[in-house]
Amino acid sequence: MSTPVDFLLWVRGPGFDIALVVFIIGILIRLLEVLILGRKPDYAEPRGGELGAGLRTLLTRTLPEPGTFKRSPFTVVGGYIWHIGFFISLFLFVPHIELIDATIGLSWPGIASNLVDAVAAVTLVTLVAMLFSRLTHPVKRLLSGPEDYLSWLVTFLPVMTGYLAYHRMIDPYPLVLGLHILSVEILMVVFPFTKLMHAFTFIIARWYNGAMAGRRGVQS
Amino acid sequence: MSEATLERGLKAFREQMNAPIASFFSSCVNCGMCAEACLFYTETGDPKYTPINKLEPFRRIWEQEYTLWGRVKSWLGLSQPVDDELLEAWEPLVYDGCTLCGRCSMVCPVGNDISYMIRCAREGFVAAGYAPDGMKNASRRAVTIGSPMGVKFPALAAQIKHVEADTGLTIPVDVEGVDYMALLSSMEIMNFPEYMAALARIFKQVGITWTLCSEAFEATNSGIQIGSSDIAKELVNRIVVAAERLKVKYVISPECGHAYTAIRWEGPNLIGRPYNFKVVHILELLEELRSSGRLKTEGYEDARLTFHDPCQIVRKGGVLEQPRHLLNMVASDFVEMNDHREMNWCCGGGGGVSAIERAEALRLKVFKRKKSQLEELNVDTLVTACANCRLIIEEGLEEYRMEIPVVGLTEMIAEHLVGDEKNE
Repeated sequence: MSTPVDFLLWVRGPGFDIALVVFIIGILIRLLEVLILGRKPDYAEPRGGELGAGLRTLLTRTLPEPGTFKRSPFTVVGGYIWHIGFFISLFLFVPHIELIDATIGLSWPGIASNLVDAVAAVTLVTLVAMLFSRLTHPVKRLLSGPEDYLSWLVTFLPVMTGYLAYHRMIDPYPLVLGLHILSVEILMVVFPFTKLMHAFTFIIARWYNGAMAGRRGVQS
Repeated sequence: MSEATLERGLKAFREQMNAPIASFFSSCVNCGMCAEACLFYTETGDPKYTPINKLEPFRRIWEQEYTLWGRVKSWLGLSQPVDDELLEAWEPLVYDGCTLCGRCSMVCPVGNDISYMIRCAREGFVAAGYAPDGMKNASRRAVTIGSPMGVKFPALAAQIKHVEADTGLTIPVDVEGVDYMALLSSMEIMNFPEYMAALARIFKQVGITWTLCSEAFEATNSGIQIGSSDIAKELVNRIVVAAERLKVKYVISPECGHAYTAIRWEGPNLIGRPYNFKVVHILELLEELRSSGRLKTEGYEDARLTFHDPCQIVRKGGVLEQPRHLLNMVASDFVEMNDHREMNWCCGGGGGVSAIERAEALRLKVFKRKKSQLEELNVDTLVTACANCRLIIEEGLEEYRMEIPVVGLTEMIAEHLVGDEKNE
């Protein structure tokens, strides 16, 4: 890896393969760790069904409870903006779609690159604001530990390096592109071992919450 | 209660671990939104009362023993242990600072049922010896005497005599083969015997056969509150044995929140089998009698009144609409609080908090949430359906010099019965 091109070739080749294996196996292990614990049978006569109530909560928790929204609007709005911005940058940027197409043969229409650029900029600013909030809000500061800040960093870096690469703000280009890909690989490797896993486990958690309440006749 | 040790505590934590709890811990991103749903945080502003923070000891057990990465971290010496010091420091958060009201479980964006986790975590705390004296004593009295307040059957028999003299009706005791066996809470026996009188009058009107049981009249369950499944099971089992011996079809859970959770939702799992009878909350039964036209009332309360939803009956119990229908039957000016039904705010004394002497100042402080809810409405009367809520609210209103009478819903219905000699 003596030159930027060698570096780019490594991150696009073996580096990516390693990250992908860790990402997929890690996620499978984490999901298995949760699911094999199971739960004991419930002998109380149910008042309502679990399945439908669980699925409803899975959807309804996407919107905040109105009273809580009023009390923590920044967390809610900031959370929406950066999550949506992150997914737009990841899945609607044409070069990303081409890469996915080349890898697994699936493709969909993207949006104009300058629009993705603007979204990425907003995402970056929001992520910085969320970090600031985490460092200053008494509740978030108390709850947060190294894992929270690591999760923030590995989420922030791919967006930031992508922005730098798009604007060619680091020379030579293969170096900045390589750094961008490397940052994504770091995210993939860190993902299964941190609370980034919530991106998968929230489905299980919301379902259980809704199912347990639904059994008692309450839509949670 | 067997001797409490840290090892027993850790074992109890492990016994509570299951897929829901693991999915909840895996999903928490420390966004802090649960704090805004918790009256202990909103009324004190102290971040330590953030619901998910109350679970730190349990979270460590999960991470260190139920995740691969956590095990690696422990092996490398990078984990902080769960020791006596930690449990001692967290005890006031898990007990004094949580009423198990379940409001946090309704707002978590990733869907964590945090109050369920705290209920489970209490099993570890009590097994390790970290539970408030007030709750330990209540549990001890419940096991040895039969009631957390130390009420024995002769005390109930004395109240029965008074009620019989007042109403001219017989309160049946230990009658076999009737349809319903009614339970009471100690607080109803000692502070609100009107409830028993109301049952007698209503059941006479609708022609229901019922009984109390001298060996199992107490509905409350300190084991559920302190978090000891062993004690909870013992207390539930007394009711099950009595109900099956008397061959009743139904057991009526009284106007008490956690009693309903104990007998209706946790009970069958504590004894490890379904019951041979059904459990109904008194409000469920009254609503059924109303909708089928058997329960007949006359006249309306003129007072502007509102309903305080007891957390364990409404949000955690699923009895949501019944109190509304019943109130509209006898009240002409019933108004809802801003947050009501499953989003209602707790009175501040649920989950055993009312039994913790040292928590009194905190409890009165967090009552400010209910106080402001009431101030918004400007009501003359507050109706509820839990003797514990009722007492806690009365104390809170007295502390803040608010003159609002607090009434039990069953009693209010009984006051309006058609053909009742008291109303004639």
